[in-house]
Amino acid sequence: MSFFDLKGTLKPLTALKQFGKKPHTISYPKVSKEAADRYRGLHFNDLDECIGCGNCSTICQNAAIDMIHIEGYDGKKGDSGLRPRVDNGRCCWCALCVEVCPTGSLSLTKDYLYVSEDPDSFLWTPGKDNPEGKKQISFFSTEEVSLNMFDRVPMPELEGKERVKSFAEVVLGYNEAEARAEASRCISCGLCTEVCPEHMHIPEYINAIAAGNDKDAVRIIYDNNPLPEMCGKVCTRRCEDVCAIASRGEALAIRWLKRYATETAVTSEMTHEIVNPEIREANGKTVGIVGAGPSGLTAAYYLALRGYDVTIYEANAKAGGATMYGIPKYRLPIESLDKQIDYIQSIGVKINFNTKVGKDISFKEIYNIYDVVFMGVGFPDAWPLGVDGDDAEGSMQAFRFLYMINAGDKVDVGDKVVVVGGGNVAIDAARVSRRLGADVTILYRRRVQDMPADWEEIEGAEDEGVHIIPQGIPIKIHKDEKGHVKSVEYLKAEMVPDDKGGRPRPVAIEGSNTVLEATAVMAAIGQMGDYSFLEEEFTEKIKIERGRFVVNEKQQTGDPKVFAGGDAVNRTADAISAIADGFRACKAIDEMLSGK
Amino acid sequence: MEKKFLILQKNTQDKMREKATTLYIGPQHPGITGNMMVKVQVEGDTIVKARTEVGYLHRAFEKLQERRNWLQSFTLLCRFCVPEPDPVEESYARAVELLEGREVPERAKYIRVLMLELARIGSYMLWYGGQNGSLGLYTMGQWSVGDRNYILDLFEELTGGRVYHMYIWPGGVRRDLPEGFADKVLRTMDYLEKRLKDYDDLMFDNTIFQKRTQDVGIISKEKAVEWGVVGPVLRGSGIKSDIRIDDPYEVYDKLDFIVPTHEGGDIWSRALVRRQEIRQSIRIIRQVIEQMPSGEYFNRIPNPHKWALPKGDAYARTEATRGEVGMYIVSDGGVHPRRIHFRGAAYVHGITLLEDLLIGENVADISAIMNSLGTCPPEIER
Repeated sequence: MSFFDLKGTLKPLTALKQFGKKPHTISYPKVSKEAADRYRGLHFNDLDECIGCGNCSTICQNAAIDMIHIEGYDGKKGDSGLRPRVDNGRCCWCALCVEVCPTGSLSLTKDYLYVSEDPDSFLWTPGKDNPEGKKQISFFSTEEVSLNMFDRVPMPELEGKERVKSFAEVVLGYNEAEARAEASRCISCGLCTEVCPEHMHIPEYINAIAAGNDKDAVRIIYDNNPLPEMCGKVCTRRCEDVCAIASRGEALAIRWLKRYATETAVTSEMTHEIVNPEIREANGKTVGIVGAGPSGLTAAYYLALRGYDVTIYEANAKAGGATMYGIPKYRLPIESLDKQIDYIQSIGVKINFNTKVGKDISFKEIYNIYDVVFMGVGFPDAWPLGVDGDDAEGSMQAFRFLYMINAGDKVDVGDKVVVVGGGNVAIDAARVSRRLGADVTILYRRRVQDMPADWEEIEGAEDEGVHIIPQGIPIKIHKDEKGHVKSVEYLKAEMVPDDKGGRPRPVAIEGSNTVLEATAVMAAIGQMGDYSFLEEEFTEKIKIERGRFVVNEKQQTGDPKVFAGGDAVNRTADAISAIADGFRACKAIDEMLSGK
Repeated sequence: MEKKFLILQKNTQDKMREKATTLYIGPQHPGITGNMMVKVQVEGDTIVKARTEVGYLHRAFEKLQERRNWLQSFTLLCRFCVPEPDPVEESYARAVELLEGREVPERAKYIRVLMLELARIGSYMLWYGGQNGSLGLYTMGQWSVGDRNYILDLFEELTGGRVYHMYIWPGGVRRDLPEGFADKVLRTMDYLEKRLKDYDDLMFDNTIFQKRTQDVGIISKEKAVEWGVVGPVLRGSGIKSDIRIDDPYEVYDKLDFIVPTHEGGDIWSRALVRRQEIRQSIRIIRQVIEQMPSGEYFNRIPNPHKWALPKGDAYARTEATRGEVGMYIVSDGGVHPRRIHFRGAAYVHGITLLEDLLIGENVADISAIMNSLGTCPPEIER
């Protein structure tokens, strides 16, 4: 190379040709660059769509999102009432929060400029602090790109035609692979735990199932539910109604997963071995329980674990209460219930069967023998239909009908059954009648979508050939010459919107009388309690209002020594609420008797 | 008197020789490579000893992964290297896919190559700035970093982020190409191709650049192999080695490109290699756009909270602008990585090699040499 390189000296000067060209830069703030359509800028959250599940907070690997309560904003029913707050000093705008948001309410916007001297002002509650962000949404997740798994693993079931041939269990249960796959959809937000009356540790046991630790799952489940296999089959599962995944997909099959886990323990001995309960030394205190239904059994189980001497008095030959005598065997087989009750007895709970309090033993006697008495007496009686002719032969209460069938009695319903009502008892009675070979029609006052029964039960009934006549109000039962049911006369109804904002009311249309042939009519319009076993001296202290015992938050009645739970106390009238009552009562009784 | 002075002068020179002056280069971004320090002892202008000191950027990324799940990891791993995060994302995604046996849709593979090559060009654009800036030639840096913004614009449109893309994840890529994106890429490539000519005028034809880089920081072929040098640095020493050819991943085996090499082993040769690689990347991108099939872009991963990888380990390596980067992942069968280890080229280049290479060089060339080695302190420390 020569000392002076002419080309090498002049070439760089060609840069001068760039003079006068438009520069790359823009003169901010006169001009600002609009972000791309997919830009990941500051967060926006649609507060009304958000359910406060906290999945955004969980996935955030910078711990930039926490869930806070916004003053004056309580959220909808079933959500946590909390909303995400983003620390923009920590956020890295990876948008994983957006990808996992089950509702799709959280998104990122084109907005990317924020300057402040106040470090605390970098804590933003998206949606509240930037309501205008809705117009600038740029990075969002649709159902296609979301990382949530919205589709439920289908539950294998018997075909409708097969089902009506016998009382064989309809739902066949998940196998191991199906259970693992279903459990792995859970995001562990815990909204389910909040809404469960018994606050079962749902995310924990689902995690255990997903990780393949079925035994752990069983132990976690037995932590606060001694009848989990029953719940795994027939629970009303409010948990699934609030499941975060259900916002845009199908809820986790929480009930089926519990069923799967508990069914891995095939016998009560296996349950005992897996749960390996720690039974405290006997403390010499005694508890008497009236009724071996879910609430009584729950109180009994957890009190026995705490070292109490527990005795249950049960009027029937079998324990389980309404779950034994009210629920048909194709939903809850007798072996399953027996297994769970055997296990409860195996830890020392004594059950006196066929002992009706008030007849075989007086309530006063029980009251005097035991340190504390718990009443889980349920609703043994059903409301009659209350229309003209309901005294006819063949007109019965569905609840009574189910009791007789479950107790092994034979009931002749003929070949045309009309069930009046829209709850689970109505559907149960209808499906049982189908299994007895009858043509079944359900007559319901409102629309099908208004039925309080479980939608899966309604679908199941339709699959089995049950006809549903919605918007029909029965007015009369016609008898034949022998006094037997011949037909049901009903009026068609139209739905009138409620001015007070309630659900639409059915109003009968005059002159729309229709007659339905029937050999049996079953009323499934509700049950009621029977408190005749209580002596007068108790009814003064133990208050009964609107057909139910009045209790405090500890399930304690007006008599401090007497506790109550189950259908005779709570209005929800389902098994899990009864279990919750029993568990609460157990804790209160333990506190009272141990003096802690 | 004169004799006395001569003796005094000799003594002073001896003393200076014994006690060479110590200089601290850094830790404030010596020649835009990041926060690290080179402690050099100089005699006059000549370096006699060099010690690198790192520790200013340690963020325990590898350790942090043990508390992240397999999905969360990918948003942190890309931070190993600021100018070019995509090869890290890609190697992690591929390692996870290898361990899990997860198939990746063909389209996703093409999109990944598109990303990687755009990132390569973007990273070299930044290198243009660094390499020239370290020699006091600032105009070049302004041009190339300005042009790099057109690539960042593409990234923004495709991924939603300009620098950290967090786009290549296990199973494919996060989103499909937006409408009209391919045309924009091609237009940008045409523009950059034209600009390369301007760069040549300003840089490679510039006497200053030539004189400052030729025969400076020489790594011989033997030494390069001995020290485990990789990437453009190795190719600048005359050894043809490129993971894209030697161990093709994604769809590189379906693409036609060459791997440029130069024999010199000095900064100049390494610069030439990079310069030619940009042209090859443009060539690759055009082929990718042409060949890209339609279809799925993501083989959906399960719920990230419950996503467990089978027990075992996997290693995936990718050709970055610094050379081979590799991701070693170990799973104990759980939802969190048991261990994630990253093999970065910068560790070899920026610590061990640099210390040796600087001896005998002029103190003014430290930054230029560091830049030519692709030293990336965030990658060294992780």
